[in-house]
Amino acid sequence: MSSQTAPNDSQTHAWQDDIFDVLKKGGIKQVSYVPDAGHAHVIRRVHADPEMRGIVLTTEEEGVAIAAGAWLGGDRHALLMQSSGVGNCINMMSLLDSCRIPFLTLVTMRGEYAEFNPWQVPMSRATQGVMEAMGITVLRVSKPDEVEDVVSAALDSVFVAGERVAILLSQSLIGRKKWVRN
Amino acid sequence: MSNIPAFSGTIERRAFVKELIDLCPGVLVVPGLGSSNYDIFAAGDRAENFYMWGAMGGAALIGLGLALAQPSKSVLVITGDGEQLMGMGGLATINAQQPKNLTIVVLDNGHFGETGMQHSHSSLGTDLTAVAKGCGIANSFKVREVSDVKTIQQNVLARAGVAFAQVYVKADDLPRALPSRDGVHIKNRFRQALGFAPL
Repeated sequence: MSSQTAPNDSQTHAWQDDIFDVLKKGGIKQVSYVPDAGHAHVIRRVHADPEMRGIVLTTEEEGVAIAAGAWLGGDRHALLMQSSGVGNCINMMSLLDSCRIPFLTLVTMRGEYAEFNPWQVPMSRATQGVMEAMGITVLRVSKPDEVEDVVSAALDSVFVAGERVAILLSQSLIGRKKWVRN
Repeated sequence: MSNIPAFSGTIERRAFVKELIDLCPGVLVVPGLGSSNYDIFAAGDRAENFYMWGAMGGAALIGLGLALAQPSKSVLVITGDGEQLMGMGGLATINAQQPKNLTIVVLDNGHFGETGMQHSHSSLGTDLTAVAKGCGIANSFKVREVSDVKTIQQNVLARAGVAFAQVYVKADDLPRALPSRDGVHIKNRFRQALGFAPL
C-alpha cells in the first residue's frame, strides 16, 4: 500500500520525535499499528526502545481490542494508523464505549493535501464523522510546533480522565508523498 | 459434488469449560461473545472473567494486550468458531508477538450459535488449527477427547509459549446462563482483581 521511503530530512523527524517523547514520558508501553509512512519514524523508535512493545496488526481494529486488553492489565497503549484504517475500527470501538476503556490513537491523514491517490479521499472525508459517531473526541494538529502540546494534553485526558481521543495529524505535516522513486 | 469434510463434535461444552477453569486457579479468562460467554459464567462467576457481549473478532486480541501487560499471569481466551473466524488475522498478530502466557481455546461446534445455528466456515472446510499453524503458532492442536483438557491445562500453567486448541464440542442448544452486561462493572471488577483501582 504505502510504498515510499520516509523523508530523511531531520527537520521532518522533529515533530515525530516529539510524538515519541510524549508517548514515552506518558508511560505508553504498547504501541500497535498498521504501518504508515508518516508514522515510520515513531514506529522505528518504539521498536528500538526495550521498555516499549511495537505490535504490527493485520487490520486496525485489532489495535482497538488490544487497547482494551492492555488497559485491563494495567498497561497504557496507543494505536498509530492512517485515515484509511479508521473505517476498519468502527464496531470494535463499541467495546471502548460499553466498558469505558481509555483510548488514544494518532491518525495520519491522507486525501486532503496534494493527494495523488483518489481512493484515499472517501475515508479521509469520513474519518472525523465516523470517530465522533463512535464517541471518540477528535483533535487536529496541522503545525509541527503544536504537535507536542496537543498530543501531551490528549494523553493526559485519556489516561487521567479516561477519555477516548483521536489526534488527526494533517497531511500537510507529512508533506507531499513522492510516488516515483528517483 | 463438494470435498468439504463432515464435521462433528462430541464434547459437552459446559462440563469441559468448568473443568478447564477449575484446573487453572487464578487464570485470567477472556470469553468470546455468545455461547462461550455463557459457558464461562455457568462454570462459576469470577472477577477474573472479562465477560463479552460484543467486540466480535476481538477476543484473542484483548487476550494479547492483557498477556503483554501481565507476563506473570496466565491468560486464557475461550471463544467460539464464529468469533475466532472473524478475527483470523489476529492469530498472525499474536504469533508475531510471541507472548508466552497466552492460550487460545476455540469451542468449535461448526455453527453460529446465537443467530439460528447457521453453518460457520469451520463446518464448511476451514480448519482453524491449520490456520493457527499457518500463522506460525506451532503449538496448535485439535481436542476430541475430554481427557485432553489436561493438555490445555499444562500449556496454560506453563506459560511457555502461545498454544491454540480447537475443541470439537456438541452443537447443543443449552439454556443460556447470563452474566452481567454492565461493561464498566466487569472492567472495574477485573482490574480490581489485579490490584488496579478505578480512575
